[in-house]
Amino acid sequence: MSVYLRPDNLEEALDALQRRPLTVLAGGTDYYPGRVGRPLDDDLLDLTGIAALRGIADEGDRWRIGALATWTDLVRADLPACFDGLKDAAREVGGVQIQNAGTIAGNLCNASPAADGAPNLAALEAEVELSAADGVRRLPVTEFLTGNRTTALGPGEIVTAVLVPKLPDNAASAFLKLGARRYLVISIVMIGIVLVPDGAAVSDARIAVGACSPVTRRLPALETALNGRPLDGTLGEAVSADAVHAVLSPIDDVRGSAGYRLDATVTMLRRGLSEMGRRMGAGA
Amino acid sequence: MNIAAAATTLTVNGEETALRSPPATRLADALRSELGLTGTKVGCDAGDCGACTVLLDGEQVCSCMVAVAQAAGRDVTTVEGLARDGALSDLQAAFLRHGAAQCGICTPGMLMAARDLLDRNPSPTEEQAADALGGVLCRCTGYRKIVEAVLDVAGSQDCAPPEFVSGTGPDNDRAVGARIERLDGAQKLTGDEVFGADFAPPDALTLRVLRSPIARGRFEIGDLDSFRQARPGIAAVLTAADIPGSNAFGVYPVGKDQPVLADRIVRYRGEAVLAVVGNAGAVAALRDEDLPVVWHEEAPVTGIDAASTPDAALVQGHRDSNVLARGRVVKGDVERGFADADFVAEGAWRTSFVEHAYIEPEAGWARRIGDRLEIHVSTQSPYMDRDETALILGIGEEQVRIVPTACGGGFGGKLDISVQPLIALAAWTLGAPVRCTYTRPESMASSTKRHPAAIRARAGCTADGRLTAFEFHGDFDTGAYASWGPTVADRVPVHAAGPYVIPHVKNTSCAWLTNAPPSGAFRGFGVPQSAIANEALLDDLAGQCGLDPLAFRLKNAIRKGDETSSGQVLEHSAGLAACFEALQPDWDRERAEADRINRAGGPLRRGVGVAGMWYGCGNTSMSNPSTMKLGISAEGQVTLYNGAMDMGQGPNTIMPQIAADALGVPVDRIANVAGDTDRTADAGKSSASRQTFVSGRATQIAGETLRANILRLANVGPAAALDIGDGRIVLRDGDAERTLDLRAMAPDAEGDVLAADGTFDPPTKPLDANGQGVPYATYGFGAHLAVVDIDIELGTIKVRRIVAAHDVGRAINPTLLEGQIHGGVAQGLGLALMEEFVPGRTENLHDYLIPTFGDVPPIDTILIEDPEPLGPYGAKGIGEQALIPTAPAIFNAVHHATGVRLRHAPALPHRVRDALLAAQEAGHA
Ligand SMILES: Cc1cc2nc3c(=O)[nH]c(=O)nc-3n(C[C@@H](O)[C@@H](O)[C@H](O)COP(=O)(O)OP(=O)(O)OC[C@H]3O[C@@H](n4cnc5c(N)ncnc54)[C@H](O)[C@@H]3O)c2cc1C
Ligand code: FES
Ligand code: FES
Repeated sequence: MSVYLRPDNLEEALDALQRRPLTVLAGGTDYYPGRVGRPLDDDLLDLTGIAALRGIADEGDRWRIGALATWTDLVRADLPACFDGLKDAAREVGGVQIQNAGTIAGNLCNASPAADGAPNLAALEAEVELSAADGVRRLPVTEFLTGNRTTALGPGEIVTAVLVPKLPDNAASAFLKLGARRYLVISIVMIGIVLVPDGAAVSDARIAVGACSPVTRRLPALETALNGRPLDGTLGEAVSADAVHAVLSPIDDVRGSAGYRLDATVTMLRRGLSEMGRRMGAGA
Repeated sequence: MNIAAAATTLTVNGEETALRSPPATRLADALRSELGLTGTKVGCDAGDCGACTVLLDGEQVCSCMVAVAQAAGRDVTTVEGLARDGALSDLQAAFLRHGAAQCGICTPGMLMAARDLLDRNPSPTEEQAADALGGVLCRCTGYRKIVEAVLDVAGSQDCAPPEFVSGTGPDNDRAVGARIERLDGAQKLTGDEVFGADFAPPDALTLRVLRSPIARGRFEIGDLDSFRQARPGIAAVLTAADIPGSNAFGVYPVGKDQPVLADRIVRYRGEAVLAVVGNAGAVAALRDEDLPVVWHEEAPVTGIDAASTPDAALVQGHRDSNVLARGRVVKGDVERGFADADFVAEGAWRTSFVEHAYIEPEAGWARRIGDRLEIHVSTQSPYMDRDETALILGIGEEQVRIVPTACGGGFGGKLDISVQPLIALAAWTLGAPVRCTYTRPESMASSTKRHPAAIRARAGCTADGRLTAFEFHGDFDTGAYASWGPTVADRVPVHAAGPYVIPHVKNTSCAWLTNAPPSGAFRGFGVPQSAIANEALLDDLAGQCGLDPLAFRLKNAIRKGDETSSGQVLEHSAGLAACFEALQPDWDRERAEADRINRAGGPLRRGVGVAGMWYGCGNTSMSNPSTMKLGISAEGQVTLYNGAMDMGQGPNTIMPQIAADALGVPVDRIANVAGDTDRTADAGKSSASRQTFVSGRATQIAGETLRANILRLANVGPAAALDIGDGRIVLRDGDAERTLDLRAMAPDAEGDVLAADGTFDPPTKPLDANGQGVPYATYGFGAHLAVVDIDIELGTIKVRRIVAAHDVGRAINPTLLEGQIHGGVAQGLGLALMEEFVPGRTENLHDYLIPTFGDVPPIDTILIEDPEPLGPYGAKGIGEQALIPTAPAIFNAVHHATGVRLRHAPALPHRVRDALLAAQEAGHA
């Protein structure tokens, strides 16, 4: 008979994981769909009993999104505007049922190229906190995600939190998702944008695109082109197809062709940035 | 902390309960199997359908993805916890009133999501309602009546169903024509309804099918004895060699070609190969890889192009080509017709495999009782199931009894047998009851599909807009086995020119065998595909001769006295022109609004399109009788023995409505026995939009005959009023009053003392070699108007509104009719914009997309009643009709908005964007 561990504290969980390989279970929204019609005979470490991993907390210079924080927890949390994009992503993950159960940490650990949490977390320059019995390390989200369904998670490690460094209060963000139906849809393209303004201009632009490469990718050339530009409805004009094409390597699949993904990314970036420029310019 | 062996304590619907299932068990499974709370449905086990939605500490979650251990100490509410003291809650009552539950399989999930919403937000907007319910899929309703019900109970909107005033019915106090609530509705709202997977005897064994992982090849089965001996819980592994009768099935009496279990050769991925039977735990512990089968893969024949090349490998080796069937309808001289034309339009189109995606996967159980078999199964066609199973087992038809369970959606996909012969074979050989429920991927991989089509067509008209000629050829990918491929090949040429008067027609079709799942029956049998082509050509011709598309259709619309492509003169009930006319006010307004919006430019364009349709009710030039029985017991209970299967479309309600009026009693006096082959007569299958028309007429005849018998016995006149009470019938005719003593009469086997049956077989005439004859006794007609927004930079299409006008002959139940139309529109929208089944790739409900709550726009339905004298009280079918014009109307709307013709369904964003870019390059747009 397989093992099912459901400790109520982290130490016990990490000890157990050090002793034997276990499959980690959180909200189960990736775990169970991966086992339709197959036996549920993994040795499991269920994290959901560990109260310390819940919730979203202000830790002074950063925000801690506990490993058990769900998409719904995020939407309901009182967070600054730089999280608006991530919250919009949360509202687009599956239906409410999925948002009530699925965790942000689990979304990163599952490492789907189309993980809706990844672009905004990448743009927020979030870090993943990895804990093992013998210590804790932190990796930027973009280093934690190493490929299609692969991460830097080592044996004996679990993700205990996603850490988001604080940004100036006037930082703004957005999330854009393109799918072939309204609800419950895996993204064809999704984009996370975080803009930190300085007066009426962009001072720090961070743009990340998902579902167009094995992992979410930042667009450094575009970010550089945006920095210093005035915040108005022309902001999107900074987007050049080259800056996008240089970084992304989409594939053809049932949801869309590679060429379409690139084309749509450029359009969405232009629109999203112009819209943010207009909004932030008006507010500045 | 290892809780692998501990029980889980939790509260379910207010009661503290312990669950003994292993801690990783899906909560849905534990609720169903341990607590018997089968109101929680399982449609996918993957979070995609939401049918399993329950409240966990008051928040909606998919119970198929919650580990039992995670529910420890928590509060679970299931659908069974909604009704209080045996009375429906307001929410449930609103669902019933609005017809928000059709088949009812999604309903528990919908109710729980709605409960969650209303607990948090007592007066939601429509958008908030959609956001909250967006995680539950419904394949039947198109969601509109669900939204209405939720907003109604919230009081946020006045949503009383509009009064329907029949154009033809004189008797408004009668059952026919009334918005009667679904008679089998309450049990769909409480969770009491028993679907295919909801019950089996406690000692039932479980059957699981090993399916081919390859699309084409050979296989060898290894040592099954040692496989079985190593696994004590496994009772048997059945192979092709265990089939006592004929290992071939198919819906036609001849040409049965599909094995129940494959014999050395497999022809599609998903084909059944072995059936493993054992106790539930032992079967669940298996992996496909555990079974000793060696596969030898060969290059599959994929798609029409590959199947039709001269040197193509044969899909079925004993045939001399991959052609399964051809169809042909030729009238007049099509070349002369084109010579007469001033304008000609032509084009080519492609469509994809479409999956039925009923939310209830195939399921049932069987037991052997002496030398008889009893099969409880979710089906559209109990009598066909009975006959097929008997042939496969090599026993007599009378030895097989089919007892249909509630059917959680069919749409054509549950016409072909699935679990029936497997559970029958296992129960027959093992002597124990055996159950089987397909997983979602298994259902999708193995079941039939809508035929992909490759169509070339052209049409011609005179300068003043009269159609002169139409020529069409459609190739259809019919998959590995015949199924309903010949039906599609027959139906398409009859309908392909559309419901228009055209003197010269040449329509041909061909169904090609390929190494894909069998294409079978799916709402419309190929006509939804062909309508995309012919309705596009009409718009192109209208454009060429400078006529408005609606005016062009009205000018050519077929009317009473006109002749079809098959040379049939329509004598009655041809309300197509009335449907088009009904769209005129919306058409004028929406077209003007679209022009105004598009003048402003920008990436978002508005388009308004129209399409017409027609569809013959019943089988094509083939006898398809229905017999219905009505009886009265000594106690005065009236029973309708109703063999017309209800898969959500409504025969359990409309047949009693018809019977009530024919007999002259209130509808609530009629009990309904559904589908049981031992108790009902053969009412044929629920397909071809035939049940309302054919079985409805049979019901009317049964009712009228029984009434006549009673009047004769009592010796009263035809106007007498019947009062059927306890043990007697009181008849009043003017001042005269007579009483019949029922208890004095001798009961029949059903316990009825008075009974009558009615049989109706719609009159048709065979089609000659050129497809000329009378293929159908009557046709349904309709027209849809679609308003769409298209983002020309992203290629995304959002349907904003559909107006659907349908000539239904007579609206027996307007609420149910609207429900059929909404559901048809939703499926038509899916066909147009998102649905594409790719074997091995989209075998689940997240890669295969069907419309969700947010994708189906408001739908205005307009019911036209041009009575059909053969139909019950003038009625004819709607089931398939409703789907046919949606996709062409959407594509015509896109053309209106952009000037670009979409030629590949589904119009996924990348295809649309490519089409727009190609047109730009060619300088068209
Ligand atoms: C119907 C449906 C729709 C969906 N739609 C979307 C969508 O639109 N966008 C989207 O991005 N995603 C979507 N998802 C997936 C999304 O729900 C998940 O990615 C979710 O966020 C994963 O969290 P979880 O807690 O449920 O993970 P689980 O299923 O519990 O775990 C997921 C994986 O991560 C591992 N894991 C989880 N937590 C940890 C941890 N703390 N440390 C180490 N390993 C861990 C597990 O071992 C497992 O491999 C959808 C899922 C479903 C079922
Ligand atoms: S069964 Fe749980 S979502 Fe489909
Ligand atoms: S009523 Fe919703 S799936 Fe049938």
